[in-house]
This record gives sequence, C-alpha cells and structure tokens, in this order.
Amino acid sequence: MIRASVSLEPFSPDAEVARFSSLRGDGCGAVVTFIGYCRGRSKNRAVTQLELEHYPGFTEAEISRLATAAGEKHDVKDLLVIHRAGAIATGDPIVLVAAMSAHRAAAFAAVEELMDYLKTDAPFWKRETGPDGAHWIEPTAEDRIRREERAK
Amino acid sequence: MTRLLFFGRLRDVAGQGERLVDLPADIGTVGELRAWLANEDADLGAALQAGGIHVVVDQVLRNGAAVSVRGAREIAFMPPLSGG
Repeated sequence: MIRASVSLEPFSPDAEVARFSSLRGDGCGAVVTFIGYCRGRSKNRAVTQLELEHYPGFTEAEISRLATAAGEKHDVKDLLVIHRAGAIATGDPIVLVAAMSAHRAAAFAAVEELMDYLKTDAPFWKRETGPDGAHWIEPTAEDRIRREERAK
Repeated sequence: MTRLLFFGRLRDVAGQGERLVDLPADIGTVGELRAWLANEDADLGAALQAGGIHVVVDQVLRNGAAVSVRGAREIAFMPPLSGG
C-alpha cells in the first residue's frame, strides 16, 4: 500500500517507522528508511526558518503519484511518505520515506528513486529565512541532473 | 464564483494566496484569464507570463494558454516547484 501524507505539525520519524514496520508480513525481509532534516545552513548562509508552502489536495495526490511510480518501477508495494509543510524549525524532520520488500535491493532503490522525484517534482514552494531576509528556493542543478538521469 | 490560487512568489506578487472572482463571460481560456488579470495588475500579469508557471484547473495540471477555464471552480497558478 502507498501511504502519502503532508503534515503541518512536527512528526516523529521513529514512531512512524515503528508503525510502518509493524505492518510487514512474513514475506518482508527489508525495511529501508530515509529521513531528511532541515539544515541550519544553506549554500553557506545561515537559515533560521524554512517555510514550505503546499497546495492542499493537489500536493498529496502528486506525492502519491510519484510514490506509485517509484514503487512500480522497483516492484515495491509498500511505501510510506510523510512530508512536512508550514513553518519548519532547523533540526526538525522534513521528510520520511520508507519502503518494505522481500530483499533489501528493491527497497533501497525505491526509496532513492522516490527521493529524487520528490526533490524536483513535489509541489512545494520553499522559502528560507536567514539574517539577510527571505528567499524562495528552486531545485538545484544537481537535483535536476539526478532527476534527468532517472528519467533515462 | 471562481477561486484563484497563487503559490510561492506569485502569492507575494498577488498580495494574497486566494482571490474569489466572477469571471466575465468572454474569458474562456487560461491565456484570456492571464490577460484579464494583467489588465488590473500589471506586475501580476508579468509574473504569470514568466517561464515555468504551471496552471492547475480543478486540481488537474493543465498547462497551456489554450486550456479552457469555463466552468472551473478553482484555478491555481504555480511558480516553478521547489521540490521537497
């Protein structure tokens, strides 16, 4: 099952991973997780707050679509995505992606693929606030290159 | 009434994230809607013409000036996605 949600409140990756893993059947031999955190620096600028704007309904649907695509590509049926939106404090988790599969390779591949999709294609608008004011952020060239490599 | 939504830097330019409007009967496409908005707010018009703006009509991504907005309840203008 694909479980995708956007949370306006901080969430506990530990509790979510525990809940997700508890759903595994006896054919599951691997759970792979990725947790992304809000860094306190970006391109050598201090970041005091990150704001992620989303489009309620549309953003969740798009994340589900991306997760379904990553799962189908690697034959992984169970994926979990929790993505923060709203005002995020530095150090807080922003995204949790978890996959379960019979063996580790498929789960690793699905998580990495889905993270690459999310970094460029998820409908979020990101604004970093630092000592020199607030800036809207767009995907980095590196993110785009990784995404294009995926599309080949 | 049609709900117009503006995200990211477009929200800043529009001054608000949401506008409820009565679309005139002669506005049938995204291109005509952009021109109508530009007529009353040149800055917003310029921002909506910039590259990389995506348009979502009733929660479905529908890029292109010729896309119909007739009968739409919600039209969202999205600047380039920041990603997660």
